[in-house]
Amino acid sequence: MNAQSVLAPAGPDGDLLAQLSWLLFAGGAIIFLAVLAFILAAALGGEAARRTLRSRRFILAGGVAFPVVVLSVLLLHTLGLARALSLPLPGGTPPLIIQVTGHQFWWEIRYPGTLPDGGVVTANEIHIPTGRDILLEVTASDVIHSLWIPALHGKIDLIPGHVNRRLLRADRPGVMRGQCTEYCGAQHALMAFYVVAHRPEEFEAWLGRQRLPAEAPRDEFLAMGREAFGAAGCGGCHTVRGTPWQGRLGPDLTHVGSRLSLAAGVLDNHRGTLAGWIAGAQDLKPGNRMPSFAAALDGAELRAVAAWLESLK
Amino acid sequence: MLLAACLTLGGCGEEAMPAQHRLQGADAAAGRRLVIEHDCGVCHVIPGLRGARSHVGPSLAGFGGRGYIAGVLPNTPDNLVRWLLDPPAIAPMTAMPDLGLREQEARHIAAYLTTMR
Repeated sequence: MNAQSVLAPAGPDGDLLAQLSWLLFAGGAIIFLAVLAFILAAALGGEAARRTLRSRRFILAGGVAFPVVVLSVLLLHTLGLARALSLPLPGGTPPLIIQVTGHQFWWEIRYPGTLPDGGVVTANEIHIPTGRDILLEVTASDVIHSLWIPALHGKIDLIPGHVNRRLLRADRPGVMRGQCTEYCGAQHALMAFYVVAHRPEEFEAWLGRQRLPAEAPRDEFLAMGREAFGAAGCGGCHTVRGTPWQGRLGPDLTHVGSRLSLAAGVLDNHRGTLAGWIAGAQDLKPGNRMPSFAAALDGAELRAVAAWLESLK
Repeated sequence: MLLAACLTLGGCGEEAMPAQHRLQGADAAAGRRLVIEHDCGVCHVIPGLRGARSHVGPSLAGFGGRGYIAGVLPNTPDNLVRWLLDPPAIAPMTAMPDLGLREQEARHIAAYLTTMR
Protein backbone atom coordinates (compact mmCIF):
# COMPACT_ATOMS: atom_id res chain seq x y z
CA MET A 1 0.00 0.00 0.00
CA ASN A 2 1.71 3.13 -1.12
CA ALA A 3 -1.00 5.58 -0.07
CA GLN A 4 0.76 6.36 3.20
CA SER A 5 4.49 6.19 2.61
CA VAL A 6 7.27 8.74 2.85
CA LEU A 7 8.99 6.73 0.11
CA ALA A 8 6.08 7.21 -2.31
CA PRO A 9 5.91 11.01 -2.53
CA ALA A 10 3.21 12.83 -4.47
CA GLY A 11 4.38 16.43 -4.26
CA PRO A 12 7.51 18.59 -4.18
CA ASP A 13 7.90 18.61 -0.39
CA GLY A 14 7.31 14.88 -0.34
CA ASP A 15 10.00 14.45 -3.00
CA LEU A 16 12.55 16.41 -0.91
CA LEU A 17 11.77 14.40 2.21
CA ALA A 18 11.96 11.10 0.34
CA GLN A 19 15.37 12.09 -1.07
CA LEU A 20 16.60 12.98 2.40
CA SER A 21 15.30 9.66 3.72
CA TRP A 22 17.17 7.72 1.06
CA LEU A 23 20.32 9.80 1.61
CA LEU A 24 20.33 9.07 5.33
CA PHE A 25 19.51 5.41 4.76
CA ALA A 26 22.22 4.92 2.15
CA GLY A 27 24.80 6.93 4.09
CA GLY A 28 24.01 5.07 7.28
CA ALA A 29 24.27 1.74 5.50
CA ILE A 30 27.69 2.61 4.04
CA ILE A 31 29.06 3.74 7.41
CA PHE A 32 27.61 0.64 9.09
CA LEU A 33 29.30 -1.64 6.59
CA ALA A 34 32.58 0.23 6.95
CA VAL A 35 32.51 -0.11 10.74
CA LEU A 36 31.71 -3.82 10.30
CA ALA A 37 34.70 -4.15 7.99
CA PHE A 38 37.00 -2.45 10.54
CA ILE A 39 35.76 -4.80 13.27
CA LEU A 40 36.45 -7.83 11.08
CA ALA A 41 39.86 -6.45 10.15
CA ALA A 42 40.67 -5.94 13.81
CA ALA A 43 39.51 -9.40 14.78
CA LEU A 44 40.91 -11.39 11.89
CA GLY A 45 43.48 -9.18 10.18
CA GLY A 46 46.56 -9.83 12.22
CA GLU A 47 48.88 -7.50 14.13
CA ALA A 48 49.70 -5.19 11.23
CA ALA A 49 46.05 -4.38 10.66
CA ARG A 50 45.43 -3.84 14.33
CA ARG A 51 48.42 -1.51 14.56
CA THR A 52 46.96 0.65 11.80
CA LEU A 53 43.50 0.66 13.23
CA ARG A 54 44.64 1.80 16.63
CA SER A 55 47.09 4.41 15.37
CA ARG A 56 46.46 8.01 16.34
CA ARG A 57 46.24 9.07 12.67
CA PHE A 58 43.53 6.55 11.90
CA ILE A 59 41.49 7.40 14.97
CA LEU A 60 41.70 11.15 14.34
CA ALA A 61 40.87 10.69 10.66
CA GLY A 62 38.01 8.25 11.12
CA GLY A 63 36.71 9.42 14.48
CA VAL A 64 37.06 13.21 14.26
CA ALA A 65 37.73 14.45 10.75
CA PHE A 66 35.30 12.19 8.94
CA PRO A 67 32.29 12.86 11.21
CA VAL A 68 32.95 16.60 11.34
CA VAL A 69 33.07 16.86 7.56
CA VAL A 70 30.14 14.57 6.86
CA LEU A 71 27.90 16.02 9.55
CA SER A 72 28.68 19.60 8.56
CA VAL A 73 27.79 18.90 4.96
CA LEU A 74 24.64 17.12 6.09
CA LEU A 75 23.71 20.05 8.33
CA LEU A 76 24.05 22.56 5.50
CA HIS A 77 22.05 20.29 3.20
CA THR A 78 19.27 19.92 5.80
CA LEU A 79 19.12 23.65 6.48
CA GLY A 80 18.75 24.29 2.76
CA LEU A 81 16.04 21.67 2.57
CA ALA A 82 14.15 23.12 5.53
CA ARG A 83 14.16 26.49 3.78
CA ALA A 84 12.92 24.92 0.54
CA LEU A 85 10.08 23.20 2.42
CA SER A 86 8.71 26.51 3.63
CA LEU A 87 8.72 28.42 0.35
CA PRO A 88 5.63 28.87 -1.81
CA LEU A 89 5.38 28.04 -5.52
CA PRO A 90 6.96 30.68 -7.71
CA GLY A 91 4.36 32.49 -9.81
CA GLY A 92 2.23 33.97 -7.06
CA THR A 93 -1.09 32.13 -7.36
CA PRO A 94 -2.61 32.66 -3.93
CA PRO A 95 -2.80 29.40 -2.02
CA LEU A 96 -6.07 27.58 -1.37
CA ILE A 97 -6.72 27.88 2.35
CA ILE A 98 -7.99 24.78 4.14
CA GLN A 99 -8.61 24.84 7.88
CA VAL A 100 -8.20 21.65 9.86
CA THR A 101 -9.30 21.27 13.47
CA GLY A 102 -8.31 18.15 15.34
CA HIS A 103 -10.80 16.63 17.75
CA GLN A 104 -10.77 13.46 19.77
CA PHE A 105 -10.88 11.40 17.48
CA TRP A 106 -11.80 12.96 14.14
CA TRP A 107 -10.74 15.72 11.76
CA GLU A 108 -12.86 18.75 10.93
CA ILE A 109 -12.03 20.20 7.51
CA ARG A 110 -13.25 23.65 6.45
CA TYR A 111 -12.97 25.46 3.14
CA PRO A 112 -13.42 29.13 4.16
CA GLY A 113 -15.10 31.47 1.72
CA THR A 114 -16.75 28.77 -0.36
CA LEU A 115 -20.29 29.52 0.84
CA PRO A 116 -21.99 32.91 1.28
CA ASP A 117 -22.22 32.52 5.05
CA GLY A 118 -18.99 30.65 5.71
CA GLY A 119 -17.71 27.60 3.91
CA VAL A 120 -18.01 23.94 3.06
CA VAL A 121 -17.39 21.76 6.12
CA THR A 122 -16.50 18.10 5.88
CA ALA A 123 -14.71 15.54 8.01
CA ASN A 124 -11.91 13.00 7.85
CA GLU A 125 -11.16 13.68 4.21
CA ILE A 126 -9.13 16.54 2.66
CA HIS A 127 -9.75 17.18 -1.04
CA ILE A 128 -7.20 19.32 -2.87
CA PRO A 129 -6.48 20.35 -6.44
CA THR A 130 -3.13 19.31 -7.90
CA GLY A 131 -0.54 21.81 -8.97
CA ARG A 132 -1.66 24.54 -6.61
CA ASP A 133 -0.25 25.61 -3.22
CA ILE A 134 -2.47 24.59 -0.33
CA LEU A 135 -2.18 26.56 2.91
CA LEU A 136 -3.20 24.36 5.81
CA GLU A 137 -4.22 26.32 8.89
CA VAL A 138 -4.44 23.82 11.69
CA THR A 139 -5.52 23.86 15.31
CA ALA A 140 -7.15 21.57 17.83
CA SER A 141 -10.24 21.81 19.99
CA ASP A 142 -9.22 19.69 22.95
CA VAL A 143 -5.72 18.19 23.20
CA ILE A 144 -2.63 18.28 21.00
CA HIS A 145 -2.93 16.26 17.80
CA SER A 146 -0.59 16.12 14.83
CA LEU A 147 -1.28 15.88 11.13
CA TRP A 148 0.92 13.80 8.87
CA ILE A 149 0.40 12.97 5.22
CA PRO A 150 3.64 11.05 4.53
CA ALA A 151 3.33 11.40 0.75
CA LEU A 152 3.15 15.20 0.97
CA HIS A 153 4.99 16.73 3.93
CA GLY A 154 6.32 16.36 7.47
CA LYS A 155 4.23 16.39 10.63
CA ILE A 156 2.33 19.51 11.71
CA ASP A 157 1.20 19.81 15.31
CA LEU A 158 -2.39 20.81 16.03
CA ILE A 159 -2.25 22.76 19.29
CA PRO A 160 -5.37 24.03 21.10
CA GLY A 161 -5.54 27.81 21.15
CA HIS A 162 -2.89 28.20 18.45
CA VAL A 163 -2.93 28.11 14.66
CA ASN A 164 -0.04 26.47 12.80
CA ARG A 165 0.37 27.05 9.10
CA ARG A 166 1.99 24.86 6.46
CA LEU A 167 2.18 25.15 2.71
CA LEU A 168 2.05 21.98 0.70
CA ARG A 169 1.26 20.84 -2.81
CA ALA A 170 0.33 17.66 -4.62
CA ASP A 171 1.68 17.19 -8.14
CA ARG A 172 -0.27 14.10 -9.14
CA PRO A 173 -3.92 13.07 -8.68
CA GLY A 174 -4.62 10.16 -6.38
CA VAL A 175 -5.71 9.08 -2.94
CA MET A 176 -3.31 9.34 -0.03
CA ARG A 177 -3.72 8.53 3.61
CA GLY A 178 -2.62 10.36 6.74
CA GLN A 179 -2.78 9.81 10.47
CA CYS A 180 -2.71 11.55 13.79
CA THR A 181 0.87 11.50 14.97
CA GLU A 182 0.66 12.93 18.48
CA TYR A 183 -0.86 10.70 21.12
CA CYS A 184 -4.23 12.21 21.92
CA GLY A 185 -6.15 9.64 23.93
CA ALA A 186 -7.72 6.18 23.82
CA GLN A 187 -8.43 6.14 20.08
CA HIS A 188 -5.36 7.95 18.80
CA ALA A 189 -4.51 4.82 16.80
CA LEU A 190 -7.87 4.97 14.99
CA MET A 191 -7.66 8.60 13.91
CA ALA A 192 -6.74 8.53 10.24
CA PHE A 193 -7.94 10.42 7.20
CA TYR A 194 -7.77 10.37 3.41
CA VAL A 195 -6.40 13.04 1.12
CA VAL A 196 -7.84 13.10 -2.38
CA ALA A 197 -5.84 15.07 -4.94
CA HIS A 198 -7.96 15.98 -7.96
CA ARG A 199 -7.14 17.58 -11.28
CA PRO A 200 -8.29 21.21 -10.92
CA GLU A 201 -11.53 20.81 -12.94
CA GLU A 202 -12.49 17.73 -10.95
CA PHE A 203 -11.76 19.56 -7.70
CA GLU A 204 -14.10 22.38 -8.72
CA ALA A 205 -16.77 19.79 -9.54
CA TRP A 206 -16.32 18.14 -6.15
CA LEU A 207 -16.47 21.49 -4.37
CA GLY A 208 -19.61 22.40 -6.33
CA ARG A 209 -21.32 19.22 -5.15
CA GLN A 210 -20.22 19.82 -1.55
CA ARG A 211 -21.65 23.36 -1.64
CA LEU A 212 -25.15 22.00 -2.21
CA PRO A 213 -27.38 21.29 0.79
CA ALA A 214 -28.53 17.72 1.44
CA GLU A 215 -31.02 16.65 -1.22
CA ALA A 216 -34.59 15.83 -0.19
CA PRO A 217 -35.26 12.13 0.54
CA ARG A 218 -36.18 10.29 -2.65
CA ASP A 219 -38.63 7.80 -1.15
CA GLU A 220 -40.61 7.00 1.97
CA PHE A 221 -37.96 4.77 3.51
CA LEU A 222 -35.33 7.52 3.26
CA ALA A 223 -37.82 10.05 4.61
CA MET A 224 -38.40 7.76 7.57
CA GLY A 225 -34.65 7.66 8.07
CA ARG A 226 -34.38 11.43 8.06
CA GLU A 227 -37.17 11.67 10.63
CA ALA A 228 -35.63 8.99 12.84
CA PHE A 229 -32.31 10.86 12.69
CA GLY A 230 -34.03 13.88 14.20
CA ALA A 231 -36.10 11.96 16.73
CA ALA A 232 -33.04 10.12 18.06
CA GLY A 233 -31.31 13.42 18.73
CA CYS A 234 -28.52 13.09 16.18
CA GLY A 235 -28.89 16.76 15.25
CA GLY A 236 -27.63 17.70 18.68
CA CYS A 237 -24.11 16.84 17.55
CA HIS A 238 -24.26 16.74 13.75
CA THR A 239 -25.01 19.32 11.07
CA VAL A 240 -26.85 18.39 7.87
CA ARG A 241 -27.20 21.53 5.74
CA GLY A 242 -30.69 21.74 4.29
CA THR A 243 -32.26 20.34 7.44
CA PRO A 244 -32.97 22.00 10.81
CA TRP A 245 -29.97 20.25 12.39
CA GLN A 246 -26.88 22.34 13.04
CA GLY A 247 -24.98 20.47 15.75
CA ARG A 248 -21.25 21.22 15.90
CA LEU A 249 -19.93 18.58 18.29
CA GLY A 250 -19.46 15.87 15.69
CA PRO A 251 -18.65 15.71 11.97
CA ASP A 252 -20.78 17.54 9.42
CA LEU A 253 -22.88 14.87 7.67
CA THR A 254 -24.29 16.88 4.75
CA HIS A 255 -22.45 14.72 2.21
CA VAL A 256 -21.35 11.81 4.38
CA GLY A 257 -22.38 9.32 1.69
CA SER A 258 -19.70 10.69 -0.61
CA ARG A 259 -16.80 9.94 1.71
CA LEU A 260 -14.30 7.12 1.37
CA SER A 261 -14.50 6.04 5.00
CA LEU A 262 -16.31 6.37 8.31
CA ALA A 263 -15.02 6.96 11.84
CA ALA A 264 -11.82 8.68 10.69
CA GLY A 265 -10.48 6.23 8.17
CA VAL A 266 -11.50 3.17 10.17
CA LEU A 267 -14.50 1.71 8.32
CA ASP A 268 -15.72 1.29 4.76
CA ASN A 269 -18.69 3.50 3.94
CA HIS A 270 -22.00 1.82 3.07
CA ARG A 271 -25.35 1.22 4.73
CA GLY A 272 -24.01 -1.81 6.61
CA THR A 273 -21.11 0.02 8.24
CA LEU A 274 -23.27 3.11 8.83
CA ALA A 275 -25.79 0.99 10.72
CA GLY A 276 -23.07 -0.81 12.66
CA TRP A 277 -21.34 2.46 13.58
CA ILE A 278 -24.55 4.19 14.69
CA ALA A 279 -25.73 1.22 16.75
CA GLY A 280 -22.35 0.23 18.16
CA ALA A 281 -19.90 3.15 18.00
CA GLN A 282 -18.56 2.27 21.44
CA ASP A 283 -17.89 -1.32 20.41
CA LEU A 284 -15.90 -0.24 17.36
CA LYS A 285 -14.02 2.70 18.86
CA PRO A 286 -14.41 2.57 22.66
CA GLY A 287 -13.96 5.95 24.30
CA ASN A 288 -14.78 7.97 21.20
CA ARG A 289 -17.26 10.79 21.76
CA MET A 290 -20.26 9.18 20.03
CA PRO A 291 -22.42 6.86 22.12
CA SER A 292 -23.86 3.63 20.76
CA PHE A 293 -27.37 4.44 19.58
CA ALA A 294 -28.89 0.95 19.50
CA ALA A 295 -31.11 1.86 22.44
CA ALA A 296 -32.61 4.86 20.64
CA LEU A 297 -33.49 3.30 17.28
CA ASP A 298 -35.51 0.17 16.56
CA GLY A 299 -34.33 -2.17 13.80
CA ALA A 300 -36.29 -0.62 10.96
CA GLU A 301 -35.38 2.93 12.04
CA LEU A 302 -31.68 2.02 12.20
CA ARG A 303 -31.79 0.67 8.65
CA ALA A 304 -33.67 3.73 7.47
CA VAL A 305 -31.21 6.19 9.06
CA ALA A 306 -28.28 4.27 7.59
CA ALA A 307 -29.91 4.27 4.15
CA TRP A 308 -30.66 8.00 4.38
CA LEU A 309 -27.09 8.86 5.36
CA GLU A 310 -25.79 6.61 2.58
CA SER A 311 -27.94 8.63 0.14
CA LEU A 312 -26.33 11.95 1.14
CA LYS A 313 -23.76 11.87 -1.66
CA MET B 1 -40.27 -37.96 4.37
CA LEU B 2 -36.60 -38.85 4.38
CA LEU B 3 -35.72 -35.26 5.27
CA ALA B 4 -38.21 -35.22 8.14
CA ALA B 5 -36.83 -38.51 9.38
CA CYS B 6 -33.27 -37.20 9.30
CA LEU B 7 -34.15 -34.04 11.13
CA THR B 8 -35.90 -35.89 13.93
CA LEU B 9 -33.17 -38.51 14.31
CA GLY B 10 -30.49 -36.24 15.80
CA GLY B 11 -27.63 -38.51 14.78
CA CYS B 12 -27.62 -37.57 11.12
CA GLY B 13 -24.53 -35.76 9.86
CA GLU B 14 -24.38 -33.49 6.84
CA GLU B 15 -23.76 -36.44 4.55
CA ALA B 16 -27.30 -37.66 5.20
CA MET B 17 -28.92 -34.43 3.94
CA PRO B 18 -30.48 -34.76 0.50
CA ALA B 19 -28.29 -33.20 -2.17
CA GLN B 20 -30.66 -30.43 -3.23
CA HIS B 21 -30.49 -28.95 0.27
CA ARG B 22 -26.75 -28.57 0.34
CA LEU B 23 -25.00 -25.47 -1.00
CA GLN B 24 -23.84 -26.74 -4.36
CA GLY B 25 -20.80 -24.97 -5.75
CA ALA B 26 -20.39 -22.78 -2.68
CA ASP B 27 -16.93 -22.24 -1.21
CA ALA B 28 -16.51 -21.51 2.50
CA ALA B 29 -13.07 -19.94 1.96
CA ALA B 30 -14.58 -17.51 -0.55
CA GLY B 31 -17.33 -16.92 1.99
CA ARG B 32 -14.78 -15.90 4.61
CA ARG B 33 -13.22 -13.38 2.21
CA LEU B 34 -16.67 -11.99 1.42
CA VAL B 35 -17.48 -11.66 5.11
CA ILE B 36 -14.37 -9.52 5.52
CA GLU B 37 -15.09 -7.53 2.35
CA HIS B 38 -18.67 -6.74 3.35
CA ASP B 39 -17.67 -5.71 6.89
CA CYS B 40 -19.95 -8.16 8.69
CA GLY B 41 -17.71 -7.70 11.74
CA VAL B 42 -19.07 -4.18 12.12
CA CYS B 43 -22.09 -5.71 13.83
CA HIS B 44 -21.19 -9.32 14.62
CA VAL B 45 -18.51 -11.03 16.68
CA ILE B 46 -17.04 -13.59 14.28
CA PRO B 47 -14.59 -16.17 15.68
CA GLY B 48 -11.28 -16.15 13.86
CA LEU B 49 -11.70 -12.66 12.41
CA ARG B 50 -9.56 -10.09 14.16
CA GLY B 51 -11.47 -6.87 14.68
CA ALA B 52 -14.92 -8.44 14.35
CA ARG B 53 -15.87 -7.67 17.92
CA SER B 54 -19.02 -5.57 17.80
CA HIS B 55 -22.09 -6.48 19.86
CA VAL B 56 -24.71 -4.74 17.74
CA GLY B 57 -25.91 -8.09 16.39
CA PRO B 58 -25.57 -11.59 17.82
CA SER B 59 -22.22 -13.32 17.82
CA LEU B 60 -21.85 -15.76 14.94
CA ALA B 61 -19.85 -18.23 17.04
CA GLY B 62 -21.50 -21.62 16.77
CA PHE B 63 -23.87 -20.32 14.11
CA GLY B 64 -23.80 -23.59 12.22
CA GLY B 65 -25.50 -25.33 15.10
CA ARG B 66 -28.10 -22.69 15.82
CA GLY B 67 -31.77 -23.66 15.47
CA TYR B 68 -33.18 -20.44 14.03
CA ILE B 69 -31.91 -17.53 11.97
CA ALA B 70 -32.81 -14.20 13.59
CA GLY B 71 -35.16 -16.10 15.84
CA VAL B 72 -37.72 -16.64 13.06
CA LEU B 73 -36.41 -18.82 10.25
CA PRO B 74 -35.24 -22.43 10.60
CA ASN B 75 -31.48 -22.50 10.13
CA THR B 76 -31.03 -24.44 6.90
CA PRO B 77 -28.50 -23.58 4.18
CA ASP B 78 -31.20 -22.52 1.74
CA ASN B 79 -32.95 -20.34 4.34
CA LEU B 80 -29.64 -18.80 5.26
CA VAL B 81 -29.10 -17.76 1.64
CA ARG B 82 -32.60 -16.27 1.53
CA TRP B 83 -31.91 -14.34 4.72
CA LEU B 84 -28.58 -12.95 3.53
CA LEU B 85 -30.10 -11.75 0.27
CA ASP B 86 -32.83 -9.64 1.94
CA PRO B 87 -33.16 -9.69 5.74
CA PRO B 88 -35.95 -7.07 6.02
CA ALA B 89 -38.14 -9.07 3.61
CA ILE B 90 -38.13 -11.97 6.09
CA ALA B 91 -38.09 -10.03 9.35
CA PRO B 92 -39.43 -6.48 8.82
CA MET B 93 -38.31 -5.30 12.25
CA THR B 94 -34.72 -6.51 11.84
CA ALA B 95 -31.81 -4.10 12.25
CA MET B 96 -29.81 -5.96 9.57
CA PRO B 97 -29.88 -4.12 6.24
CA ASP B 98 -30.10 -5.58 2.76
CA LEU B 99 -26.42 -5.46 1.81
CA GLY B 100 -26.87 -5.87 -1.93
CA LEU B 101 -25.26 -9.32 -2.06
CA ARG B 102 -25.38 -11.31 -5.28
CA GLU B 103 -26.86 -14.82 -5.10
CA GLN B 104 -23.46 -16.53 -5.47
CA GLU B 105 -21.91 -14.31 -2.79
CA ALA B 106 -24.73 -15.19 -0.39
CA ARG B 107 -24.15 -18.90 -1.07
CA HIS B 108 -20.43 -18.64 -0.34
CA ILE B 109 -21.13 -16.73 2.88
CA ALA B 110 -23.77 -19.26 3.90
CA ALA B 111 -21.26 -22.07 3.31
CA TYR B 112 -18.79 -20.26 5.57
CA LEU B 113 -21.31 -19.61 8.32
CA THR B 114 -22.51 -23.20 8.40
CA THR B 115 -18.93 -24.28 9.23
CA MET B 116 -19.07 -22.35 12.51
CA ARG B 117 -19.78 -24.98 15.13
